[in-house]
Amino acid sequence: MFQDRMGLLSDPNRRRALTNLLTRLNTPICVLCYLAGVAWFMGLAFEPFTLRTYMSENAMGSTMVEERFPAGERALVTAREFGAHKRKSGAMPVDWLVKTMQSRGLEVYTQSFSRRLPFPDENKERYMVRGTNVYGILRAPRAPRTEALVLSAPCSPDNSNNQAVGLLLGLAQYFRSQIYWAKDIIFLVNEHDLIGMQAWLEAYHHTNITGMDWAPLHGRGGSIQAALSLELSSDVVTSLDLVLEGLNGQLPNLDLANLFYTFCQKQDILCTIQEKLQRSDWDSVSGYSQAVQTMALMVLKQASGRPWGDHGLFLRYHIESATIRGINSFRQYKTDTTTVGRLLEGMFRKLNNLLERLHQSYFFYLLPSLSRFVSIGYYMPAFGFLAVILLLRALDLWVQLGALPSVTEDGVGVTDQSSSPSLVSILTPVVISHLTGAALYTLPVLSQELAVQHFPVSETEAVVLTAIAIYTAGLALPHNTHRFMLAEGTEQGWRVLKLVAVLYLAVLLSCTALINFSLGFILALTLVPVAAFVTPHVPKVLSAVVMVLLAPGCTLLYCVFAFQELQEAPVSLIDGWMLFLSVISQGMLDHALYGSLVYPLLALFIYPCWLILWNILFWK
Amino acid sequence: VSTLSLCFRINRRSGGLFLQTKMAAPLTLLVIVAVTIRAVLFRSSLAELISERVEVVSPLNSWKRVVEGLALLDLGVSPYSGDVFHETPLTIYLYHFVIDYAEIVCMVTDGITAVALYLAVQVYNKNVFRKQKYALEADRYPHDCLELMQTPKELFYVPLKVAMFYLLSPFTILSCVAKSTCGINNAIVALFVLCTIKGSALLSAIFLALATYQSIYPITLFAPALIYLLQRLYIPVNLRRQSFWLFTLQYAFMFVGSLVVIVGLSFFLLGSWDYIPSVYGFILSVPDLTPNIGLFWYFFAEMFEHFRLFFICVFQINVFFYTIPLSIKLKDHPVFLMFMQIAIISIFKSYPTVGDIALYMAFLPVWSHLYRFLRNIFMVSCVLLACSALFPVLWHLWIYAGSANSNFYYAITLLFNVGQVLLVSDYFYAYLRREHHLSHGLYLKKKDGSEATLVLK
Repeated sequence: MFQDRMGLLSDPNRRRALTNLLTRLNTPICVLCYLAGVAWFMGLAFEPFTLRTYMSENAMGSTMVEERFPAGERALVTAREFGAHKRKSGAMPVDWLVKTMQSRGLEVYTQSFSRRLPFPDENKERYMVRGTNVYGILRAPRAPRTEALVLSAPCSPDNSNNQAVGLLLGLAQYFRSQIYWAKDIIFLVNEHDLIGMQAWLEAYHHTNITGMDWAPLHGRGGSIQAALSLELSSDVVTSLDLVLEGLNGQLPNLDLANLFYTFCQKQDILCTIQEKLQRSDWDSVSGYSQAVQTMALMVLKQASGRPWGDHGLFLRYHIESATIRGINSFRQYKTDTTTVGRLLEGMFRKLNNLLERLHQSYFFYLLPSLSRFVSIGYYMPAFGFLAVILLLRALDLWVQLGALPSVTEDGVGVTDQSSSPSLVSILTPVVISHLTGAALYTLPVLSQELAVQHFPVSETEAVVLTAIAIYTAGLALPHNTHRFMLAEGTEQGWRVLKLVAVLYLAVLLSCTALINFSLGFILALTLVPVAAFVTPHVPKVLSAVVMVLLAPGCTLLYCVFAFQELQEAPVSLIDGWMLFLSVISQGMLDHALYGSLVYPLLALFIYPCWLILWNILFWK
Repeated sequence: VSTLSLCFRINRRSGGLFLQTKMAAPLTLLVIVAVTIRAVLFRSSLAELISERVEVVSPLNSWKRVVEGLALLDLGVSPYSGDVFHETPLTIYLYHFVIDYAEIVCMVTDGITAVALYLAVQVYNKNVFRKQKYALEADRYPHDCLELMQTPKELFYVPLKVAMFYLLSPFTILSCVAKSTCGINNAIVALFVLCTIKGSALLSAIFLALATYQSIYPITLFAPALIYLLQRLYIPVNLRRQSFWLFTLQYAFMFVGSLVVIVGLSFFLLGSWDYIPSVYGFILSVPDLTPNIGLFWYFFAEMFEHFRLFFICVFQINVFFYTIPLSIKLKDHPVFLMFMQIAIISIFKSYPTVGDIALYMAFLPVWSHLYRFLRNIFMVSCVLLACSALFPVLWHLWIYAGSANSNFYYAITLLFNVGQVLLVSDYFYAYLRREHHLSHGLYLKKKDGSEATLVLK
């Protein structure tokens, strides 16, 4: 068994050589990896590196569909009628909707729901929400009623989106007269946008995740295969925008986007994604920058983990869904409602042909434009390069820890390390950081009443400001941690702590990146450099400034500015700050209302991890 | 050498009593902490979530199935009718009496395992130390090997660390909170280890029979137990010696006898042989392909039906086969052999859960003196850590989000198992390496005088 010959895996000499190389060149390799990661990501939007989208699903690809929906004008009339009734009653005209749907031959049901938000939502001005969903089921004449499709349109309180409801009713009437439906089609008008949708979906699937009050549904269709949500606010549109990003960054199967794209081509409708038109001149600078901007917007939206349309909650139930949003800009070329109706008819007929759920195409993708996509195999290396830095640093620390008492890699050498760091000095910062994280997660909402009583702020402000206060208070932590520590921190101590922190961060970020690549990548962009460079021996003040600038909170701030910039709606510093505050409150609300995981992830794991690194900087 | 052995001698004189009294307090504290953690988790909303996880419970030991079996038993129906229940009859009768205290039973079994391992390791370490001292006094070690000696200071905390590794390991805690019956199997194996190391052949055989009865695979522990007991009685492992055969037959008889008694008892309790196909047939033929952290499910889900029998045989023989080469290689080190066997069982068995892994991982502190010879420990622990975190994530993506598929999950399973295999083989290598150094000196020279290194081939 023991021979003095070369073994591939177990030869100590080669291993030592490799380890030496990695330790000696650690910093340059890390810098290189970081640059490679960023460059790779930027390269993803470059057209030759992307793949052309194609329809994978046979049932939707090869069949011919002829769209004949004629009643666009009638739909607009219905929309105006709906608008008038809505204005008159001041809320959703439930009775009118029920009557209209019934007259179109649907099985109509209503569902009431109510929800008290944890704190007032100042963006949408709501706190106690009470509403009703109205939905009508068109039973499938051609097949057992085991599967269903959903077309939904939100009923918003202001005057917008009436056209969507009108078109939905028009389509219902037209679909009723066709005989080829093999799936139930559910026409849903949901009130209070996502809250109503959440109530309806929970009732449909007999779950209650968020502790909401809703009445059970009296009529159900089969299991829902796909859903489209429609948002139209004008009689004519210049283009249709496809929204894919759902809860927690989940995306529908790419075939759904392909389907939309195919029919837009067929109907000759301008289609966009992220409200950006695709450009054909990919080899020019502006063409490339357009693609980068589109992809960056998608990444930012996905990273936020919130549903960007009413479709976003369907994805949780394994239902492929997207929102189609009509845009009316100053462009000359207009599309009328009949054409939009035909587009929807075509999409529904193709979805009607599905034999099983959409699963052939990709679930993990980024879209630099509607006709080009980047799949997981292409974008993961960008994150991989960043994650490798953490592993390299961990390896370096491990070797350093072993090298302090001179042990050679081969195991032969002196091993007398009496000064191994005490468990307490490592555990204390870890535990205290996580307690701060737990406080950041729980206290803001719990303590809002207390704050409102003592300070002249509204509830929402109280929540957001408490969160920021706790976040900032965490920065004073190193001083307090040292008070708890009995033993002096040793040179070994911070290395062990950093090893723990770096590995912890690596695992956290990889898990995040698997579930929501964008979030993982954005966090890695800022946190990995921090984790890589921080030691107690770097210049304190400068590093502290850099660390604060690269902390999760500041990352969020940059994202807000970047998002505005990309949407071509740049904001001033003050407005940006206000937006930042509202984004925080929205994040908390998304968590409480729909179960978005971004806020708990940041508060309970990412922020404590950053705090541990902060502790290392001030290690004594 | 003489000063060192002197210092050893002094320590040893006060050692016996010292060990007994001073360590009881930390052990009690440890048990209290462990019980508190479990009690808190039992009361939290996490308990239900944990008991559904495929990593934590398998069809063999899930609590849901025990409840189902009990319900059938109460109705007067054989619990093995239907295809849900796969526990042994003795387990179900045990739970029949303590169903209301299931949580306490789970905690108690964990406690028993930990204390049994603690005592076993204590005795083992004493033996190791004594042997080392005699060898030192007889000047049997090369002179440069002094630094390889295990000092009493190192050995002192090892049993406590073992108990801690078992009780506070997240794997054990998860398994206990899920009320997996894996805890019972672990307790039986731990008691078997204790009885063997204490040298009680009869009890050792009885517990071995019980463990075998519970899940078949521990039968491979017969070899290390036999070698250990032989060694204790100073009987050389020599096939031509009569005394060797005499004792082997004696031990085998005790083992088979108790197995027959237990199996017979089960028959009389239930009045039928239903449980044989339902328990052992289920373990050996692997009909349930629910994903778990093992290697079977994906492989057999993908396989054509007519290859199934052949590959079942290959996979199952794989578990048992290592006994022969390992017993030959490690015939002088039965306790390490026992560790290797337990590890191999928990990696390659048909329905592994994290509870099984926790048992062999508890032994790792016993081999902490091998640390300097471990080569991949850093990479392996990173892999195991990352995989443990990725299991739930990929499960979520596969089952709930629907965006990933079974290949993602199996990839992690595979990586996790490769990590475990590397870990175990690393320890194996390190152990052999230390033994090699103990007989050939620490600083090896090539024939031409240059420094040599050892390579595992």
